Amino acid sequence: MGNVLTIILQRLALGALTLLIVSIVIFVAVNLLPGDFAQNILGQGATPEAVASIRKDLGLDQPPVTRYFDWLGGVLRGDLGSSFAQANFASFTGTDSGAKTVADQIAPRFANTMFLAMVTAIIAVPLSITLGVLAALYRNSVFDRAANITTLSSISSPEFFLAYILILFLAVLNPILPSLSNIYDGMAFSERLQKSLLPALTLTLVVTAHMMRMTRAAIINLLASPYIEMARLKGLSPMRVIVKHALPNALAPIINVIALNLAYLITGVVVVEVVFVYPGIGQLFVDSVKIRDIPVVQACCLIFAAAYILLNLTADIMSILSNPRLRHPK
Amino acid sequence: MTDETPLVKIHGIKLEGRSDEAWNPIINGVDLTLARGEVLGLIGESGAGKSTLGLAAMGYTRDGVRISDGTVEFDGIDLLTASAATKRDLLGKRIAYVAQSAAASFNPAHKLMDQHVEGPVQHGVNDRGSSEEDGIELYRKLRLPNPDEIGFRYPHQVSGGQLQRAMTAMAMSCRPDLIIFDEPTTALDVTTQIEVLASIRDIVEQYNTAAIYITHDLAVVAQMADRIKVLLKGDEVETADTRTMLSAPTQEYTKSLWAVRSFERPKKPAVSAGAVPVVSVQNVDAAYGKVPVLFDVSFDMHSGRTVAVVGESGSGKSTTARCITGLLPPTTGQITLDGEVLPADYRKRSKDQLRQVQMIYQMADTALNPRMSIGQIIARPVQFYLGLTGAAKRKRVDALLEQIELEPSEYYNRLPSELSGGQKQRIGIARALAAEPKFIICDEVTSALDQLVAEGILRLLARLQDDLSLSYMFITHDLATVRAIADEVVVMKDGRVIEQGDKEEMFRPPHHAYTDLLLSSVPEMDPDWLTNLLAERGVDNIGDAAVDKM
Repeated sequence: MGNVLTIILQRLALGALTLLIVSIVIFVAVNLLPGDFAQNILGQGATPEAVASIRKDLGLDQPPVTRYFDWLGGVLRGDLGSSFAQANFASFTGTDSGAKTVADQIAPRFANTMFLAMVTAIIAVPLSITLGVLAALYRNSVFDRAANITTLSSISSPEFFLAYILILFLAVLNPILPSLSNIYDGMAFSERLQKSLLPALTLTLVVTAHMMRMTRAAIINLLASPYIEMARLKGLSPMRVIVKHALPNALAPIINVIALNLAYLITGVVVVEVVFVYPGIGQLFVDSVKIRDIPVVQACCLIFAAAYILLNLTADIMSILSNPRLRHPK
Repeated sequence: MTDETPLVKIHGIKLEGRSDEAWNPIINGVDLTLARGEVLGLIGESGAGKSTLGLAAMGYTRDGVRISDGTVEFDGIDLLTASAATKRDLLGKRIAYVAQSAAASFNPAHKLMDQHVEGPVQHGVNDRGSSEEDGIELYRKLRLPNPDEIGFRYPHQVSGGQLQRAMTAMAMSCRPDLIIFDEPTTALDVTTQIEVLASIRDIVEQYNTAAIYITHDLAVVAQMADRIKVLLKGDEVETADTRTMLSAPTQEYTKSLWAVRSFERPKKPAVSAGAVPVVSVQNVDAAYGKVPVLFDVSFDMHSGRTVAVVGESGSGKSTTARCITGLLPPTTGQITLDGEVLPADYRKRSKDQLRQVQMIYQMADTALNPRMSIGQIIARPVQFYLGLTGAAKRKRVDALLEQIELEPSEYYNRLPSELSGGQKQRIGIARALAAEPKFIICDEVTSALDQLVAEGILRLLARLQDDLSLSYMFITHDLATVRAIADEVVVMKDGRVIEQGDKEEMFRPPHHAYTDLLLSSVPEMDPDWLTNLLAERGVDNIGDAAVDKM
């Protein structure tokens, strides 16, 4: 078990390093955005003095390197900074909600996004693996083809299109589910779940294809192995051969694809959030970019990056743990 | 054996394999009958269709293979018309299979015991608890070390010879009427092979299980089978009782198989005292990273002679070769060429020094670039080492092809994939010769080849040695090869030279204990060889040898 621990620690260190590099990339990229918060908020008629004064208040007049280390230092202390839009200039934007820090602003949105991602994962992951196993078992059958065509068509359609189709069938023609997912704090869990179901189903359609096809391919890839032939020659049922003998050895690639799709669920769901008016982090991110609210943009980017890195790290570790050679060295 | 109806009855079976969009015959109408408790040996070269026929006896074909004609009956049940469910009920329960590579045929994700009990539990023969107890009992009978505990390990934690026995135990788990053994000892070292052969023979006798024993090794089949069937390119050559077959084969092909082992080079005069060896390995130690693998290895190789380096896998034979070629610089000690010390690292050697030492590899398949034509493969060293281009290069390549007995005009533009295994190995030889070396390392060059083809390669190497006065370092684990071609023998074990000397001396007792074990483990054609050997060593000794190998 000792070497597994070493591997995990190595990966964690690498993950931290990656995050550091990503923070630089984020900072540089955000600074390349044309215009800044001061210009944006004061509009075209702003005097250079007014712009300079706001810049000074926000610290935008400092050289980039100083600003980067200020920001990085804050992040390391757990302080993501203060939102421009909600700080001293709340009067300009008229959105003084009392939330001053970036963390206050992001936390509830991030929780909502995680909730949606979780609901989607709970539906999509078992569904994809089951479909993948069945497709491998009945490969080249009508079922296999139908499953492939359905998942591939759903992944090929734009998300908003899938979302409106689901709204049409499940909210308009058959009013089973609410078409708006305007969830808020303090909502009962069951109601929250019900309201999140349509966006979750839309996202399920988007992510199932990858996971199902990888499950199918990874299993079929193993079917020519001598140990699968052995399992067949022991007179085991085809289902048992696949589930008990092929699947455990196919886990590593499947876990990796699952991790990639989960990361997508956290970082890439803006369109679905917009369609269902779901208050997730994606919308907040897009809004902040629009008004150049740099601390929020940077914090969102960092969270997205961390989500990718953490999920991939988890996938790596789980792949390692799924390999008995590493779990039980000689 | 009072029941007179045969257990297996195959009549006029024809099998075809799919390749290049067409069905090509693999087996052209073979009959096979097997009585209860009888062991039938199935022998032939690779491509003879042995495995395909063995699997067909289970009513099973691999993907891309089909049975186009004939019948297969098992205990009166027609396996070709039986439903999938009926066949599944027979497989594992009444008909079991032992594969060539136990390491690949055990599922890496499950413990041995979980795989062992799967058959009996799924077939409803036994519950898990008693299957486990029975498994431990079988492990004990097959003389596996720590029978109580070994089943709870994963396949990668168990050695190859032990896995092969665990697989035989697994095949026995439902006490089948028939077991198909598909080359079960081919991948093992000779000393390990004996343990597995003895275990298999005992257990098959004990439970009166019928078996089809597939192998290309005549000496092995002589120990195991009651009857032998010889196959050649999908046709039966002859079938006879083992003793009859060995003493009086009727067919030319069978006789030629038997005769392969008679090739032996005449003894050469002794090396004159004071002669400078072509290559000399002097007190070499080497390590992979921090793990030491060679300890004080020394031996000389003289002009026009062959030194056979023998030993089991992991004994350091190939590592020594890597030190000589400079791929693995020794930690201490040195290599000399014509009396001059060679730089340890090949990158520091001159082109001429590199040219003098060439290699021929075990797997000609992977040692030849599949995208290059034969002409290009041989031309590359001709140009690199000798600087020949254009017509001179072509002429040299043609001459080399003639030397290895392949017609230049026919083979120059072919790709390696269009050649047979033996022809590919000949190309490997030509590529080594192209550099005009003094010294060639032959790393298990015949072990992937059938016996007849291997003999052809050995004869070719012997002729080239006489013509060009080459020196060979012949790495092998096959003592029949040693007997055929070697002048001197170096025996290695665990990275050390155990014994070395003239071939005749080495094959004459008294030996070092390990050399003796190695020599006596090589199966002989005498069908009583294994029985006598076991009696001589005492069964307990074999068990000890197994523990020793842990």
